Amino acid sequence: MNTAVREIMVRKSVVVNAPVAHVFAVFTEGHDTWWPRDHHIGGCKEFTAILEPRVGGRWFERGDDGSECDWGRVLAWDPPHRLVVSWDIGADWKPDPSLGTEVEITFIAEGVQRTRVELTHRKLERYGDKAESMRAMFESDGAWAATLATMAKAAERASR
Amino acid sequence: MPGVDQQLAALADPSRRAIFEMLILDASSVGELAERLPISRPAVSQHLRVLGEAKLVLHRRDGTRNIYRVNPEGLQTLRNYLDAMWSRALRDFKAAAEATFNKAGKERS
Repeated sequence: MNTAVREIMVRKSVVVNAPVAHVFAVFTEGHDTWWPRDHHIGGCKEFTAILEPRVGGRWFERGDDGSECDWGRVLAWDPPHRLVVSWDIGADWKPDPSLGTEVEITFIAEGVQRTRVELTHRKLERYGDKAESMRAMFESDGAWAATLATMAKAAERASR
Repeated sequence: MPGVDQQLAALADPSRRAIFEMLILDASSVGELAERLPISRPAVSQHLRVLGEAKLVLHRRDGTRNIYRVNPEGLQTLRNYLDAMWSRALRDFKAAAEATFNKAGKERS
């Protein structure tokens, strides 16, 4: 057995045909323009996804009734190359500032108009503390399972 | 595979969580873990047994000792979910970033 020990994480990358400064700006300032509409946890169907451009800034959604719901915090802000945010959404889809999983996004210029975006969502073992909420999530097979199936199909299509 | 339930219940105990986090950093024997934790070797062994049944840790024989390490397939369900979520988000992000860049280029020319 010679398998390296791995932290529990998810890694994804995508190549965007645009310059690194533009790609970083769309990810951050333009956060709401691309964030999937079904990835949110607040009560309002219509919402704006906001990522505040500084260390300590909030990552949150604002519903069209003005209500706000936190997703996480900006932990590192290094434009246009790197961004780290905490992802503090419990498995029961409620904000949980103590969760502290981390999403690091790096933006690597591979050409004047070509940028590789690498995303790592790590410290997932921290979900282990939240067994009750995780159990509730995995046992509710209605909306949750449907969302998962839809996303899995979308991801398959995207990777073809 | 055991259910994600069983895995999370195993990690909900603070001592097992501490053992699991130590094993994330480095594979270790029962004795090495017990030295660094305020619990006895038998207690460490018992926790490792629970983690092993939940398929969160693996062990191999090294002479007279067992060396424990994290099972990389642990929490697979959660990983699969987040993997699909980020695939979808990055796909939409790429489309938005390229569309706005192409539009800006056309407006310049």
